[in-house]
Amino acid sequence: MATDFGQFFLSSLPNLLNGLGYTLLLTFVSIAVGFFLGIVLALGRVYGNKIVNGFCVGYIELIRGTPLLVQLFIIYFGLPSVGIIFSPLQAALIGLAINSGAYQAEYLRGSIQSVESGQMTAARSLGMNKLQSIQHVILPQALRISIPAWSNEFIYLLQYSSIAYIIQVAELTAEGKFIAAHTFRYLEVFAMIAVIYLILTIVSTEIMDRIAKHLSIPGIGAAKRVSLRDI
Amino acid sequence: MALETLIESLPSLFDGLLITLLLTAVGILLGTSLGIVLATGRSYASRPLAYFILIYEKVLRGIPLLVLFFLIYFGLPQIGINFNAFTAAVLGLGLRSSAYQAQIYRGAINSIPEGQIHAAYSLGMSKLKAIRHVIMPQMLRLSIPGWSNEFTILLKDTSLAFGIGVIELMRQGRYIQVRDPDLVLVVFLLIALIFFLLVFTANKILRYVEKKYQMAGYQAEAHR
Amino acid sequence: MAMLEVKDIYKAYGNVKILKGVSFTMEKEETKVIIGPSGTGKSTLLRCINQLSPPDKGQVWLDGEEITNPKTNINKFREKIGFVFQDFNLFNHLTAVRNVSIGLEKVKKIEKEAAQTRAMQELTRVGLEAQANQYPAQLSGGQKQRVGIARALAMDPDVILFDEPTSALDPELIGDVLDVMKSLCGKVAMLVVTHEMGFARNVADEIIFMEGGVIVEQGSPKEMFTNAKLARTREFLGRIGALYGEEETGG
Repeated sequence: MATDFGQFFLSSLPNLLNGLGYTLLLTFVSIAVGFFLGIVLALGRVYGNKIVNGFCVGYIELIRGTPLLVQLFIIYFGLPSVGIIFSPLQAALIGLAINSGAYQAEYLRGSIQSVESGQMTAARSLGMNKLQSIQHVILPQALRISIPAWSNEFIYLLQYSSIAYIIQVAELTAEGKFIAAHTFRYLEVFAMIAVIYLILTIVSTEIMDRIAKHLSIPGIGAAKRVSLRDI
Repeated sequence: MALETLIESLPSLFDGLLITLLLTAVGILLGTSLGIVLATGRSYASRPLAYFILIYEKVLRGIPLLVLFFLIYFGLPQIGINFNAFTAAVLGLGLRSSAYQAQIYRGAINSIPEGQIHAAYSLGMSKLKAIRHVIMPQMLRLSIPGWSNEFTILLKDTSLAFGIGVIELMRQGRYIQVRDPDLVLVVFLLIALIFFLLVFTANKILRYVEKKYQMAGYQAEAHR
Repeated sequence: MAMLEVKDIYKAYGNVKILKGVSFTMEKEETKVIIGPSGTGKSTLLRCINQLSPPDKGQVWLDGEEITNPKTNINKFREKIGFVFQDFNLFNHLTAVRNVSIGLEKVKKIEKEAAQTRAMQELTRVGLEAQANQYPAQLSGGQKQRVGIARALAMDPDVILFDEPTSALDPELIGDVLDVMKSLCGKVAMLVVTHEMGFARNVADEIIFMEGGVIVEQGSPKEMFTNAKLARTREFLGRIGALYGEEETGG
């Protein structure tokens, strides 16, 4: 039985790898684009004037207040009716990126705001203008503080990329469904898929922990409170 | 006219809304009760049990909800366990939520100073009594922000039940699209609006509850 | 047999030996003060007595029964041993009066109203009647500690253990707490770990000097302060006495 499963796994492998490729593509592209979008929005929230701030808040609240699937449907099914047509992959990438941008904006904003205000003051008093202060003093610290949240976002996107299956992107879950529909071995296929996602999650968490450690600076980020108890 | 057909579709959207709300309610109920048990178990039970719970949590937080749905709805029948789509969706939502909620409750328990349980013991309370009268009340209050977050996530995740054929809001929307292709953009924007209002209202209510039950002067943790 | 007997307590944390054979006894309504340099195991000793931190070796006997016997129900004994913490450890989700009454309700199974009445009595005794419905976060350090004392008193213990009760307080609040403790002298047995030399000198029936995990010397305040047998004792008392000064004996 084990060999039978092994055989099955091997014969499914090409399809699974194909799907995995799309899954990773979706994840990496959307987290990257979402990151830049998020920074722009976060900076707009923290440093922008009333109009800019309002626009950013509106965008963030709308995206975070509605399900990802609805956003994908609007892009993939809805937009064609006004002449904008995207392929499934394009729609998925756009949807995930826009979605991720809103969530990343929130935690980036939190990180920027948790950098002490004295840092900005010190930078300005050295003669830096606002942009330089943000670029050289605030962001380097804020980005380090964001690392844990950023790892979570990566895992989140990894898992939610599976939604792209619903708009016919041939990512990992879709391939799984395809194989299952042809072989009727539903339980085995989806168990395989689940294990693959699990491995991806564990491996990415490990990698990101390493990166975090590599980039860490003492004193920035989660403060560990040490209590010296009198014995 | 388009508007007329839209109005004719409203009843079916309403049906979908009810299912969405039902999925949310039962799902969060399952997630909360199981989540509390898991968190208490992780913090206070024996090593092997705590380890088993850890594995459960890691697995359920490590696979996509859609895959979990497929496993339950398509996979389990192969070993004789059959659920209808709605039940499968509720199970998937609830089990996954319990893993995330366990994290929230555990974080809350860990932020309760150790001295609280020492004081409880010093009064002669057994472990069970101490958990029930001193730890639990504080844990629940500290968990409210995290729980609110989880609630809105679950509410939005009900949309994925579409993938196994549950006739909630999304699927009703799709039916309308198929019947009246002209309405597609309007319908899904409308559905987006409905979700937005649901999330908005839920957040307002939960923030009110959070303020009401805050322990006077006690700092609640800021959440994601 | 004495009310409280502590025999040969040994306690280590990992490789570090904290207590290396401590023995002493206490009688009813006696006030004993333990002094000594920080880190010598004074707090650990208290926690060994009420088993918050069970000792590795040794026995504790209360009213003729052995607490350290693994077969005993430790919760029953903890009802008889009160504990006042350095960090107060008031229950954050409960008002002051509820903090005092909860032990009565849930452990002694006293009916809610009777428990409430008794709790108010104890709060009044420590001078906090007006703060009954306030939450710990709204109280000052001294007030919190007095609630802690009331909470311990309400259980009618045979002995109350005080673990550096005033160390976490601002100097001006220490007096109130010490006054409450003084008022308890002779009414309930108290085992107090503290640096407050004035309290030790004026209030204690006996003083125990601990260092390095053992009892170095013990005796009445008069003996210890004026005529200590060991040079080390005299040295410690002299230094500490100069540091903390004489405490005002008010009332």
